[in-house]
Amino acid sequence: MLHLTTGRVGCLLSKQAVVALTSSGARMSSHGHHEVSDSVDMSQPMYWDRLDTPLPDRPWKDVLDSTDKSLKQKEKGPWTALSKEEKIALYRLKFNHTYPEMKRPSHEWKTVIGGMFIFFGITGLVVFWQGHYVYPPQPHTFGEEWQAKQIQRMLDMRINPIEGFSAQWDYKNKQWK
Amino acid sequence: MHCGKYIKSQTVKLCIVVLHIDGIRSPLASRCYSHAKVETDEEFDARWVTYFSKPDIDAWELKKGMNTLIGYDLVPEAKILDSALRACRRLNDLASAIRILEAVKDKSGPHKDIYPYLIQELQPTLIELGISTPEDLGMDKL
Repeated sequence: MLHLTTGRVGCLLSKQAVVALTSSGARMSSHGHHEVSDSVDMSQPMYWDRLDTPLPDRPWKDVLDSTDKSLKQKEKGPWTALSKEEKIALYRLKFNHTYPEMKRPSHEWKTVIGGMFIFFGITGLVVFWQGHYVYPPQPHTFGEEWQAKQIQRMLDMRINPIEGFSAQWDYKNKQWK
Repeated sequence: MHCGKYIKSQTVKLCIVVLHIDGIRSPLASRCYSHAKVETDEEFDARWVTYFSKPDIDAWELKKGMNTLIGYDLVPEAKILDSALRACRRLNDLASAIRILEAVKDKSGPHKDIYPYLIQELQPTLIELGISTPEDLGMDKL
């Protein structure tokens, strides 16, 4: 819950900065600090995956088991002695997501567009209902016959004869220009 | 770009800005109304190489240095990265070395030819220290 909220807020602020909250709900990290509370202890160094901050304040995996510890010992020696799997393991101990994983596209845009259309639809229904049940009947002056008589009257009065309405009417041939 | 060239005329001193694109790379930050000394590219590079070359550099300094360097609007030169990778070696931190390579690739943005060039320049160091690139480890794919 806290994960998602902050993640979404993070997404709003900056597409690339998502703070990986290290509460006890986190799947892969293990650290023995707080098991009970759901909130993050901000007084401790935090881990985050950010494109512009390659090395966060603390490693991803704090609490190392014996295999991890022995791997860390091996890291102190020449790195040429490490196999590819060991190097990957060392990376995954220290970091959660790789850069390509950080930059992976999300499907959020589909949610956004979908949500937009849903709201358009609801609004459309409301507008239609309102047109049917709320609006009073149209004034009689909107009718076809009345409108025709109105236009004729305007032409007879020579409304805007130079540049506007009557200027568009050809009085000789009794039609629009 | 040369700035602040004074010409004494009879009535008024003028500061003429001569926009002159020469073969020399222009300094990082150049403001035409400031007379502060501008650091050249070479000085910048040297400063950072020295920073990472500190023999007893600690993990915090490495982090701080790298995060700051990546914050700049540039891709670091191979010699700075070489110095940083060696600092990782002194700190027994292979993961950070690989992370630095990833960060530099990301920093290049749309300029896809920078990263291969840097890897080519760093190849001797990578082989010497035994650092695998993210591509070698298959970590450049999702």
